[in-house]
Amino acid sequence: MSVLVYTESEKGKFKKSAFEVASYAYKVAQDLGTNVTAVAFNANDEASLGNYGVSKVLKISNDQLATFNAKAYADALTQAAEAEGAKVIILSSSADTKFLAPILTAKLSAGYVPNVVAAPDSTSPFVVKRTAFSNKGFAHTEISSDIKIIGVSNNAYGAMENNVSASVEDFNPSLGDSDFTTKSVEVDKVAGKVSIADADIVVSGGRGLKGPENWGMVEELADVLGAATACSKPVSDLGWRPHGEHVGQTGKPVASNLYIAIGISGAIQHLAGVSASKTKVVINNDPEAPFFKAADYGIVGDAFEVVPKLIEKLKEFKAQNA
Amino acid sequence: MLGDKSKKERNLLCMHNKFMNLIAIFEAINLKVPMKILVCISNVPDTTSKINFTEGDTKFDTNGVQFVINPNDEFGLTRAMWFKEKQGATVHVATVGGPQTEPTIRKALAIGADEAIRVNAEPADGFFVAKQLAEIVKNGGYDLVIAGRESIDYNGGMVPGILATLLDMNFVNTCIGLEVDGNTATALREIDGGKEKLSTSLPLVIGGQKGLVQESDLRIPNMRGIMMARQKALNVVEPVEASQPTQDQKFEKPAPKGQVKLVDADNVGELVNLLHNEAKVI
Repeated sequence: MSVLVYTESEKGKFKKSAFEVASYAYKVAQDLGTNVTAVAFNANDEASLGNYGVSKVLKISNDQLATFNAKAYADALTQAAEAEGAKVIILSSSADTKFLAPILTAKLSAGYVPNVVAAPDSTSPFVVKRTAFSNKGFAHTEISSDIKIIGVSNNAYGAMENNVSASVEDFNPSLGDSDFTTKSVEVDKVAGKVSIADADIVVSGGRGLKGPENWGMVEELADVLGAATACSKPVSDLGWRPHGEHVGQTGKPVASNLYIAIGISGAIQHLAGVSASKTKVVINNDPEAPFFKAADYGIVGDAFEVVPKLIEKLKEFKAQNA
Repeated sequence: MLGDKSKKERNLLCMHNKFMNLIAIFEAINLKVPMKILVCISNVPDTTSKINFTEGDTKFDTNGVQFVINPNDEFGLTRAMWFKEKQGATVHVATVGGPQTEPTIRKALAIGADEAIRVNAEPADGFFVAKQLAEIVKNGGYDLVIAGRESIDYNGGMVPGILATLLDMNFVNTCIGLEVDGNTATALREIDGGKEKLSTSLPLVIGGQKGLVQESDLRIPNMRGIMMARQKALNVVEPVEASQPTQDQKFEKPAPKGQVKLVDADNVGELVNLLHNEAKVI
């Protein structure tokens, strides 16, 4: 009857979102009067999950699962859920997790609610708050199925320390050829660059930057802040930046702690996509740009003058606070 | 290493030649069966819509809202047109919705889909919709199902994956590129911070998005397409029994934003100070 949580790792190391979903699972388990069981695939340091409220870790060590495979991972999680008799399963909102979640949902005939931003409103009936209409609104959604799956938005609930001592048990799901009919051939990832989904800070550029040759200062600002780079839709449509950087309603959603928009006027679709970011800064030479109405801090000025100055000031700040 | 590589390339070339010969033979005796594609369409508010709620915040207020083909589905539909034109595929479209969704599905026909199916039911939740579409796919014998990775209104993001699993079809989510050759498919998938190439086979379901085709490839129906769409079949079918595990009880809008704090362009250091001491984000 425990609450099951899928704790994602990369190259053996738990992702920040793993601690967030573990914390969320602990809250739900407390409300239901039960414990948290985590499932970890080829991860190191499983016992560290105890710091976030996990009582038991099902440790899967399997070379076939070294590369993410949605069907096989979903199958393994299904078997873990059945072994634990789990009625509530907590997931993150990463691209991989959103790939396996619907498969898991169908296998368990569960009710699945993604993009959840807060602890459940109530557990009987089971109601959670999630974003809807591409961040233009929220819905309070009841899950009435026997098994409930919740996808928690990154950076929404946060990681909370709850010291529990976690036992680690080996778990060997039985997997067959039918789990591997879709195979990874090649993964193309820029090494050492933080992704928009995992970033605490995102620096984003728009058409106001006039051309792809001017992105050097955006990259440099991102470097200083340890941030991910992003762009508006017109910029990706013009081919100035790769599509993977397009944020907004039809691109990626952003839920970072800090979002800095440079030369982006703030179309309604863009503002919706970035609205979950906690602090928004806009730099634009047009004081009438709609983004100023949606931002926390703003500078009206020429980006080509303001951004280099900001980089310089941030470097000074970092030197002082190092 | 270099030797290995050129050997590999030679082998590949040899394999490629053999393959091309095979294709020529197949084509000569007309053995290649064209693919049958179903594109799943969701009827959603235009991306510029302001969102309001009604009936005590329990319903989405459709007043004055323009409905369109879900953008993620439109990229998929356009890719399907490519398969139709280059590989002779047949393309059907399906939606789950009331009669008010017909202009949207007619638009898909005007863009070039051959036939349309409307399941006459409100799309109660993702599981319900996936069950309805599974029935259509099962009865229609489709090789490839293209759906959007999510609808931009309810953002469930689960219909393609549930549908694939219910029918034991292969599945690729956040798909940004797709090639099909015979029974084999190569898909590109967007991952956090990059992309992944996957090899899989038909029957296949994808959750598509921008990248399947570019924005500039999207088609605006022309007069001829609109006229032809009127002649095409739009079959209305009644829903099958399906559970609805989730219900939206209440909606709310985001809290209004406070006034922006402006910093002088000549005093950029003040912004660093505010981000550190007030917002505490750096």
